[in-house]
Amino acid sequence: MSDLEKNNEHEEENFEYDGGAAVVPTDKIEDPGLEPHRPRMTDKDPKAAARAEKQVAAMFVVSIIGAIIAVWGYVAFPIIGDDLSNTRNNALWVGVGMALSLLGLGFGAIHWAKTLMPDNEIVEQRHQSRSEPETRAAAVEILNMADNESGISRRKLIRRTMFGALAFLPVPAIVLFGDLGPAGVGDKMRVTMWDRGVRLTRDPSGVPIKASEVTVGSTFHVIPDGLNDLYHKLDEKAKAAVLLVRVNPSVLNEAEDRRDWSYDGIVAYSKICTHVGCPVALYEQLTHHLLCPCHQSTFDLANHCEVIFGPAARPLPQLPITVDEEGYLIAQSDFLEPVGPTYWER
Amino acid sequence: MSTTETNKEQNQGFAANAANYFDERTKLGGGLKFIGRKIFPDHWSFMLGEVALWSLVITIISGTFLTFFFNPSMAHVTYDGAYAPLKGTEMSIAYASALDISFEIRGGLLMRQVHHWGALLFVAAMGLHMLRVFFTGAFRKPRELNWVIGFLLFIMGMAAGFTGYSLPDDLLSGNGLRIIDGMLKGIPVIGTSVSSGFFGGEFPGTEVISRLYSLHIMIVPALILVLVALHMALLIVNKHTQYPGPGRTEGNVVGYPVLPVYAAKAAGFFFIVFGVIMAISATFTINPIWNYGPYDPSPVSAGTQPDWYIGWLDGALRLAPGNWDVTILGYAYPMGILVPMVISLLFLAVVAAYPFIEQWITKDRREHHVLDRPRNAPTRTAIGVAGVYFYGILWAGASTDLIAYHFQMSLNHVLISMQVLLVIGPFIAYFITKRACLALQRKDRELVLHGRETGRVVRLPNGEYIEVHEPLDKYELYKLVDYKDYEPTIARPNKNGKITAMEKLRASLTRFYFEDRISPVTKTELRDAQEHADHDLTQKEAQKALEQA
Amino acid sequence: MSEKKSIRRKPWATSLVILLGLILSGGGYAAATTTVQNESGVEMIEEGRKLFLANCATCHGTNSEGTDAGPSLIGVGAASVDFQVGTGRMPGQASGVQLRKKPVQFTEEQIQAMAVYVASLAPGPAIPDEQYLDNTGDANHGSMLFRINCAMCHNAVGAGGALTEGKFAPALEGVTEKHIYEAMVTGPQNMPVFSDANLNPEDKEDIITYLKYVEENNSVGGFELGSIGPVAEGLFIWIFGFGFIIAITVWLTSRAN
Repeated sequence: MSDLEKNNEHEEENFEYDGGAAVVPTDKIEDPGLEPHRPRMTDKDPKAAARAEKQVAAMFVVSIIGAIIAVWGYVAFPIIGDDLSNTRNNALWVGVGMALSLLGLGFGAIHWAKTLMPDNEIVEQRHQSRSEPETRAAAVEILNMADNESGISRRKLIRRTMFGALAFLPVPAIVLFGDLGPAGVGDKMRVTMWDRGVRLTRDPSGVPIKASEVTVGSTFHVIPDGLNDLYHKLDEKAKAAVLLVRVNPSVLNEAEDRRDWSYDGIVAYSKICTHVGCPVALYEQLTHHLLCPCHQSTFDLANHCEVIFGPAARPLPQLPITVDEEGYLIAQSDFLEPVGPTYWER
Repeated sequence: MSTTETNKEQNQGFAANAANYFDERTKLGGGLKFIGRKIFPDHWSFMLGEVALWSLVITIISGTFLTFFFNPSMAHVTYDGAYAPLKGTEMSIAYASALDISFEIRGGLLMRQVHHWGALLFVAAMGLHMLRVFFTGAFRKPRELNWVIGFLLFIMGMAAGFTGYSLPDDLLSGNGLRIIDGMLKGIPVIGTSVSSGFFGGEFPGTEVISRLYSLHIMIVPALILVLVALHMALLIVNKHTQYPGPGRTEGNVVGYPVLPVYAAKAAGFFFIVFGVIMAISATFTINPIWNYGPYDPSPVSAGTQPDWYIGWLDGALRLAPGNWDVTILGYAYPMGILVPMVISLLFLAVVAAYPFIEQWITKDRREHHVLDRPRNAPTRTAIGVAGVYFYGILWAGASTDLIAYHFQMSLNHVLISMQVLLVIGPFIAYFITKRACLALQRKDRELVLHGRETGRVVRLPNGEYIEVHEPLDKYELYKLVDYKDYEPTIARPNKNGKITAMEKLRASLTRFYFEDRISPVTKTELRDAQEHADHDLTQKEAQKALEQA
Repeated sequence: MSEKKSIRRKPWATSLVILLGLILSGGGYAAATTTVQNESGVEMIEEGRKLFLANCATCHGTNSEGTDAGPSLIGVGAASVDFQVGTGRMPGQASGVQLRKKPVQFTEEQIQAMAVYVASLAPGPAIPDEQYLDNTGDANHGSMLFRINCAMCHNAVGAGGALTEGKFAPALEGVTEKHIYEAMVTGPQNMPVFSDANLNPEDKEDIITYLKYVEENNSVGGFELGSIGPVAEGLFIWIFGFGFIIAITVWLTSRAN
């Protein structure tokens, strides 16, 4: 007999399950039964019980005091103008007060349960989760009646067309969510604000940059001229943000067809990481490496920002630049490839 | 007579009258009878789920307060509030309202911090609770469905957390959304459409924060509450499991009744968890959004990490090598993103399906209400530790730059070490854990058969030295021998007389699981050991021998 | 004659002469060195050159032309010297990927002298004017500039951050306004150069004002846990939050005495 059966006096029989790989114990050591109850101090000594009661009451009183402190904190530290110390004190005293109020109740209730409520272990029988055979038979009977009376098993035409209708029902609901976002985002990603003659300006002020202002070893954070006038400027900035760096021209290792993309050692690269799109902005002056802080992709600025470490797979797109008649840096065209992370239809 | 009955009832006091009022309308008495003296076993490790439940309640309460003040609009506004370094900065209304909650509303900052600390504790508690359930085998029949529900709750907790911390539209969480955008766009075929649908167009758009808001305050909490209700209902119907011990069998529950002991302890614990979160929130800053500034695609802060429970996914992105991308027939597959995504999903799938995998292997269809001590299921425990290790390395991988900065190491070395550890570590963890479990089982066996070493060495009159062993009392002893034993099975032919490949696989897995095993001590072995021990002395007899000498 | 002679022959005459000599030479030296600050020009440059030759020339070359061990200092300006020597980074000790801050080895006067000497070699960034260091800038504008130009390396509130291969951007807490300005304008080691054409002096003042605001005003939320973000918060809740709560669960389920 399994343990379940031994202890279950209510059941006439329990369903026997297969134990599979389990070894059925044949020579098991006897269960000695529940340990005898050991009385606590508060069970034996009425003075200890009275002391425990006072302790519980004290904790509840602390709780009341905590609530009063919280209300005092709220009233005593009004938020006035730019004075942040009141904000801090308000949060601190209301919080400490409420914490005391809660902890007092909590410790009090638990101490009460531990010391004064009975701690005798009680045994309750379990019932098998499986329903009794009569119940199961009755359930099967009900289902059979439902089947017979509706005729669903017999009437193939009704059943099949019903499933068809139910399958088609959610389709309009799914289609309704189609307006969550416009189509064609993939194409939009090929186009940024950069174009022939667009000036490179400082982020965030929008002031144009002269080539002479960019000294060797300096970095400028760049947005296209006119970005600040747009309403959806963050959308455009998310594609058009550029990092402008000047290095010693002898350091640059440029491909033949890109020699005229830089201007006297000044190079401009997309700031949007080709891994998952964080701004790549950590420029190390001496090593001319660009580090992205999110997942540590590292790009070598002197070698067209090819990836030298980290999870990015493609180099940062380069923005071809030159100067206009007044000496301001301008773009020669848009990026020649989409900026940012790789996507399916790239 | 009816009149005398009604007269009697009227004079019984307020509580009795109130109970009667409700019972006459709702049959509440039946419910009280069902649950009032229901027995629940007591162990501290059973309270981890309770920590999760109470921190959920706390997060909901504080969150409700915040919904009265937060505004999820992404329209632009110029800040003119109390925090000087941001006064005059252009930002979204969502960010501005979060700043107002923090600086202008009394109790606002406190509630924000309670909400966020509570959320961190909620997911942590669910994680620890899941680990306890796993390592004690509480997911076995009849609780497999509850395991799946709990798993879904863990996922929902992560979803609630992610949607929640992205709501203030600050620089840190905004970069997190940027990363999500990059990952979505990388999905083959539908990537850009999914991204467009999520953000309402190009990133960042003007829709995403309010969509996250409806997910965060309505859809995800509704799912969580339904799942929690199911989880609790199944717990009550199946009753709670219990650790092995004297008097505890598969057919009973030994513990304390709901009223009054459990109710008092559970209510008290709720107040304590709430109080601890409140105390932490009153004294420690969390998510100081005013430091990060509003989201803008151009700036970024060093040390950009998500909340801890998303850390393992961020770590997976960092540890993936960069040169796996492929382009097939003109279409790009960013493997550096897809491989971490697929591996994470596989890991989650294995976690969700584990009870069914183990059941398929052991073919044990009995109900299990007595838990396994982790050492008594060595392979399962070792697999669990290997899984925890895998998760943990990915989690640590999210903070490679902080580790490099604080311990003055090279970022590159930290990353490469973690890549190596990710691949070989789980195997080493498995091996060490399995051996440790078997060794502990042998130690338990030693204790049962020979008793506890007292450390007292006694010299007998005949010159022999022995160490005195104190035998365990019968209650302690029973705890060490009451566990299930399994053995490898051979592949059996099916109905058609054929041994399928799956069956062969199953049989070899039973060998993998149960080949190395320590069986519990049997009555015969114990009796033999006790007879043998009669030649040794017990503590008392050794004392007597010494006194006589 | 005899009186003078008699004074000179008195026993305390020698002591008096020695004392006078000491006073004159010591006082003269003190007078000479205290006016080094006010003295521009040849004395100070010479002072600086002597210090340079004694402490810097081994790595930077006797004429500051540079060697394998150290770059040329021609054109780096007084600001570089004031920053590097004033924060203790120079004289550099162990060669590695990045110089570390060490206890400052020179007095303020000596640093000024070396700075003036290096500045005399070729024009370069000068030590900033006091008016840009008095924290009266616009903290709002400074916060915006800091987030765009500096936070990616130094963290949103200047708590520091990692660069590649063991390099790092140090935490900015406790760094003086002057040194922050000088670091921006000179671009030490791997830090990019933020010349006055990139961030003008008012911009730099705004950034410094913002940093000092954050440093001086404790977070309204309470202890900041290092301001490093979710990692610290996660570690805290697991170790301290959960640690305490598990202790409570063990207490709660244990038998009362």
